[in-house]
Amino acid sequence: MKPIVLLKRVIFAAALIPAAALVYYAVQFFYYGEQDALTANPIEFITHFTGDWAIRFLIITLAVTPIRRITGWNPVIQLRRMLGLFSFFYATLHFLTWFVLDWFFDFRQMAEDVAMRPFITLGMATFLMLLALAVTSTQKSIRRLGRRWTQLHRLIYVAAGTALIHFWLARKTVVPQFQVLLVAAVLLLGFRAWWALRTRTHAGSSGRALRAAR
Amino acid sequence: MLIRKAPDLRFSEITPKSLYLRRREFLQTAAGAAIGAAAAVASPFAAQEQKQGTGHGAKLANVKKSPLSTTGEKITSFDDITSYNNFYEYGPYKEDPKENAWRLKPHPWSITVEGYAAKKGVFGIDEFIKPYALEERVYRMRCVEAWSMVIPWVGIPLKDIIATFQPTSQAKYVEFLTALNPAQMPGQSTRMLPWPYVEGLRMDEAMNPLAILAVGLYEETLPNQDGAPIRLVVPWKYGFKGVKSIAKIRFVDYQPKNTWQVMTPNEYGFFANVNPAVDHPRWSQASERRIGEFFRRKTLPFNGYADQVASLYSGMDPKKLY
Repeated sequence: MKPIVLLKRVIFAAALIPAAALVYYAVQFFYYGEQDALTANPIEFITHFTGDWAIRFLIITLAVTPIRRITGWNPVIQLRRMLGLFSFFYATLHFLTWFVLDWFFDFRQMAEDVAMRPFITLGMATFLMLLALAVTSTQKSIRRLGRRWTQLHRLIYVAAGTALIHFWLARKTVVPQFQVLLVAAVLLLGFRAWWALRTRTHAGSSGRALRAAR
Repeated sequence: MLIRKAPDLRFSEITPKSLYLRRREFLQTAAGAAIGAAAAVASPFAAQEQKQGTGHGAKLANVKKSPLSTTGEKITSFDDITSYNNFYEYGPYKEDPKENAWRLKPHPWSITVEGYAAKKGVFGIDEFIKPYALEERVYRMRCVEAWSMVIPWVGIPLKDIIATFQPTSQAKYVEFLTALNPAQMPGQSTRMLPWPYVEGLRMDEAMNPLAILAVGLYEETLPNQDGAPIRLVVPWKYGFKGVKSIAKIRFVDYQPKNTWQVMTPNEYGFFANVNPAVDHPRWSQASERRIGEFFRRKTLPFNGYADQVASLYSGMDPKKLY
């Protein structure tokens, strides 16, 4: 088995651990009456838990390309779609928690929430962006959209930004985890900017060198 | 070599290492879940030893029921009241206080009374509360984060305590300060909030019969995570007004700058009266989730205590009362 295939399977299994843990907590809470398993406020706990993992996987997804560029190990790119889809998976659970558990299909209140509260607006926008990326993540879409696929999937940079602002606004104060995610996102996006600049400068100088040689 | 310069900001500088590392506990937990049988051992809540000071306190004797108690509401469980706390002195997450508050030694404890009052000084906690009969007051507690509980406090009417110290006519407000002791309150070693935590009441608010200083709940001494040994309870205001582990009481002629107002002045004010019509800038205050219930319930003006307290604010702009 190629190393990347093995790695992909291991990461797939690992990425399901949080979901399994949540199920385990729920069983502890509802079946064994272990109140600490989901805290005194289970809906808030599930909301934070799924949201945390959605944003963590979003940041992890952003790390794939820099890892590829730094290590030069190209097969690592095969992990990117799967990681992105896991972010979408946890974001979907997060959305459903809000939709079903928090508001219990109270559409009027939810509409008000989305319209009136910037952090909900941003959360919803992030979810819709991830949805668009998830449905166009198939090989068929990549072939059909061609160059536009690359452009469309740059949306993940926007989604990372809106997700972080959403997280920041949702809490009463800046929690340590937010700072870690923010620094990671800045480094990963900064790397891309630096890389783009570097390749462009290189192209420019080699162009000049070429002209001078002529 | 692609990155030559280390980033100016290192993770270790922005996040207290202990807090950051402890976030990994969920991974241990998660791994435990994955391997099934081992889960019970690895999980943070399995057979967790109750740290001293964070479980049941000593039984309080001669507690009389108060006619001012809220009736007809299901009282929130002891476990919920003592495991789901906002007490940043012990960390920013709800489960932090129960986990870390064992460090606090609420006895011996001294309370400094100063400012515009005839009687001032430093008092031991026993001496401080001894003159008064303890009352049970069942109150709704509405957090600014839109959740609520019903708590059977044991406490002393604040007005009786204030009467003891005989504030002068210059005393317009009462200011309360939480103890400052980073060794026992590890959150105070971070710069999450300015320390010590400050809260205050206008004198007429403090003299309202509903305001109490609580020393217990469920007829037991307060667990540390709920503000041992003594804390403020003002049930018509958002929970953050209820300053915990009080070490200083000042009678002052200025409006105290309460901590959350200093932190985020456009979101939190001085009065912080519960008002479903005035939203928090980032979320709605129209409804709340009562801990232990699935559906949200409507939030009541002044948290349902309008009859007793609304007159304090007649003629004031309700928008200014958040």
